[in-house]
Amino acid sequence: MTQARRAWVGESVPRFEDEALLRGRGRFMDDLAPVPNAGHAAIVRSPFAHATIGTVDASAALAVPGVRGILTGEDVLALSRPFPAGIESSVPYYAVANDVARYAGEPVAVVVADSRYIAEDAAELVAVEYDPLGPEEVTVHERSFSYGAVDAAFETADAVVRWRYAFPRWTGAPVECFGVVADWRDDGLTAWANFQGPFTLHSVAAAALGLRGTKLRLITPPDSGGSFGIKASVYVYVVLMGLASRKLGIPVRWTEDRLEHLTASAHSTGRVTDVEAAFASDGELLGLRYDVTEDVGAYVRAPEPATLYRMHGSLAGAYRVRNVAVRARVVLTNRCPSGLNRGFGGPQLYLALERTIDRAARQLAIDPAELRRRNLVQEFPWRSPSGGLYESGDYVACLAAALDLVGYDERRREQAAGRTIGIGIACVVEPSVSNMGYISLALGPDERAAGLPKSGNVEGCTITISPLGGIAVALSTTPQGQGHRTVAAQIVAERLGVAPDEVEVSSVLDTSTSAWSVASGAYSSRFSGVGAGAVAAAADKLATKIDTIRKHVGEDISLRRVAGMCHWSPESLPPGMEPGLSALAFFAAPNLEPPDPDDRVSSSGSHGFIADVAVVEVDHETGSVRVLDYVTVHDAGRLLNPLIVEGQVRGGFAHGAAAALFERIVYDEDGALLTGTFIDYLCPTAPDLPEPRIAHRESPQPSLPLGAKGLGEGNTMSAPAALLNAVADALGIDELELPLTPPRVWGALHA
Amino acid sequence: MIELRVNGLVRRGGAEPRTLLSDFLRHELGLTGTHVGCEHGVCGACTVELDGVAVRSCLLFAVQAEGREVRTVEGLEWGPMQEAFRRHHALQCGFCTPGILIAATALLERGPVSREQVIELLGGHLCRCTGYTPIVAAILEAAGEQ
Repeated sequence: MTQARRAWVGESVPRFEDEALLRGRGRFMDDLAPVPNAGHAAIVRSPFAHATIGTVDASAALAVPGVRGILTGEDVLALSRPFPAGIESSVPYYAVANDVARYAGEPVAVVVADSRYIAEDAAELVAVEYDPLGPEEVTVHERSFSYGAVDAAFETADAVVRWRYAFPRWTGAPVECFGVVADWRDDGLTAWANFQGPFTLHSVAAAALGLRGTKLRLITPPDSGGSFGIKASVYVYVVLMGLASRKLGIPVRWTEDRLEHLTASAHSTGRVTDVEAAFASDGELLGLRYDVTEDVGAYVRAPEPATLYRMHGSLAGAYRVRNVAVRARVVLTNRCPSGLNRGFGGPQLYLALERTIDRAARQLAIDPAELRRRNLVQEFPWRSPSGGLYESGDYVACLAAALDLVGYDERRREQAAGRTIGIGIACVVEPSVSNMGYISLALGPDERAAGLPKSGNVEGCTITISPLGGIAVALSTTPQGQGHRTVAAQIVAERLGVAPDEVEVSSVLDTSTSAWSVASGAYSSRFSGVGAGAVAAAADKLATKIDTIRKHVGEDISLRRVAGMCHWSPESLPPGMEPGLSALAFFAAPNLEPPDPDDRVSSSGSHGFIADVAVVEVDHETGSVRVLDYVTVHDAGRLLNPLIVEGQVRGGFAHGAAAALFERIVYDEDGALLTGTFIDYLCPTAPDLPEPRIAHRESPQPSLPLGAKGLGEGNTMSAPAALLNAVADALGIDELELPLTPPRVWGALHA
Repeated sequence: MIELRVNGLVRRGGAEPRTLLSDFLRHELGLTGTHVGCEHGVCGACTVELDGVAVRSCLLFAVQAEGREVRTVEGLEWGPMQEAFRRHHALQCGFCTPGILIAATALLERGPVSREQVIELLGGHLCRCTGYTPIVAAILEAAGEQ
């Protein structure tokens, strides 16, 4: 008998992931020994930001008892090819530096030994000849885009607002660092890594190794200790350890330590944006011009320069303006290569745009909330000037709800009465489910036309029902704490008429067996859009088959009975039906096309919306910022599991608030990293972080089967802008830069 | 070779004088529930109890634990704290969780706690997923159920 169907999707089902983790029985990368007798690696790293490398003398290291061998730049040059990236660069990128080291912490050699302790001892004995060079900056990419009649908009403007905004490098700093076990065997590599792909980066790693895709087998551990984008860059170390394993003929394991992580894993880009905004006297935003310079570090490391283009369809933000231009440049510097980091281009864009709206409000003497309300997109679906398709939403209602929740008018009255508080607003469109084609904007239309048109975002899922009726789901979305297993169980349970705890979900990705595609992985908040879509599609296939069998039998037989027929008695199935009871399905985000010849692209498959209001008070004696209230009203379409949604919103906010108030990667003039420990890189703790008050609206996305949009990054995009706006409002000072730490705020106050 | 009591059992393992307690527990005794996040005493992921006191196992040598009593996350009973963590979604990736569970359990075993004490305790632990709010709520709820 079938159970009464129940709508599990939308329920706050507590997570199935939790019990093992709470018992200390998680299985993280460094907990695993997937192959026996692995050597332990330690990496020799350049102490200089920029230096030529002379001889690398490993003789003393090789003499240490327990050392198994060493991999140098010479080996890497001989055994691998440069990593490909989205744009050509004059500086080839290998897994270790060869003739020149280009950032402090860049790998120069790998020592493998019987233990990590011995490997580190020996690594210190590798004598590398360096000849320091001065700092270098090279522009390796520039493209300009213009949509609408931008110049005309500025000519007819009543007011033009201009400013420069710097968004510093920062990092998600997951508490678990990178980990890799590499086993080169015969003519291919099997690697276990806490990677968050395969994504496009499996192909990049395979290309560097000179392997066709199937010869690079990548397996992820059952648990991964956070990432926030950063672990997408593990692939470089998969290649490095793979080469060490190949050369030495033994499996090699490497667990990154925190100092290595902060120095040489990945940071967000550092971005400087010059903005010009043209307004009519009634507050209508007529035109926007951006001039963006992106510091990607020492190399253009795939998927860069994606940070630059991730937001391209949303350059106009949440506003109706039709005239937008941008000049985008990529600069190489002597810093750690950039990579994915929560928000990925969004925090940078919205800091510039939302701060500009506040400045314009002051110049036009219009309340900043009112100025936003007048310009917000109101009709859906909306096609932005640069091509973004916003399918659903009610931006004006979200903003009104946020203002209401925070008591905006009352706060403004308090302010008018002399209380030294500041109020900051940010309205952001939150893109999710990246269009795999947006990065080809880095090429011109003619170059694009010559190659394979790229677009879409595909995810796969397999569901197998065992001979006894057990349901097993295999995901390819490589979560690092986002609860994919629980949400997948909810979706499958609902569609197959069982309870979620009857559904076993594995998130272990194995590129040799999992149903994966070039977009598979955890980034761009893509699970609730395409990950969940693939799960639903596979479950629907099975539900159809089960239904057909029940009709054939003429009775509402149990799922166990159906499974029994499929496995034990294929003759009893409807004529021509495939035996077994398993479904593999792929799902692609709808409405994603390659960039058009005019460089328009919907760079993401989903667009949620967030209206945030921050209320702060600044201590003029110390420069410290106290967040009195922070309200965020979210619209991410349908909520699949509100408990998990709340967690994602809080987590996204924590990263955004950290970027606003605490965290920044700092290099000195010589390129030495000054924030290489958790004592210098200030991650906020419980006493430091403000708590957001969260409210939701739900405007489901019509083109997605579950109607759910991504929501893991929006508050990371909005919080830096809202908090900066609030502090600027409190102080009446424009010369403020992130992070708003007490010394920096105090400095601005006393400049 | 050193000998100590871990989670109520006598355990033995090889340790050089410089072997960190965290490495000893994980790699010598196979207690991988204790996690290593920074190895310089900031993140708190490696927190274990040593003779009833929460300590950073990355800042101790294994030999310092010789003959003493260690409790790790594997040695905690499933109880109101774990239930509350699950109910409040107080863990996402779960990597920092063992250290927080140990520290919070040690705190609660000393007596009633205030919200301020819980927040202060968490000042010694980095969680990058949750924003801390649900962790505070879970610990306070567990404290209330004691």
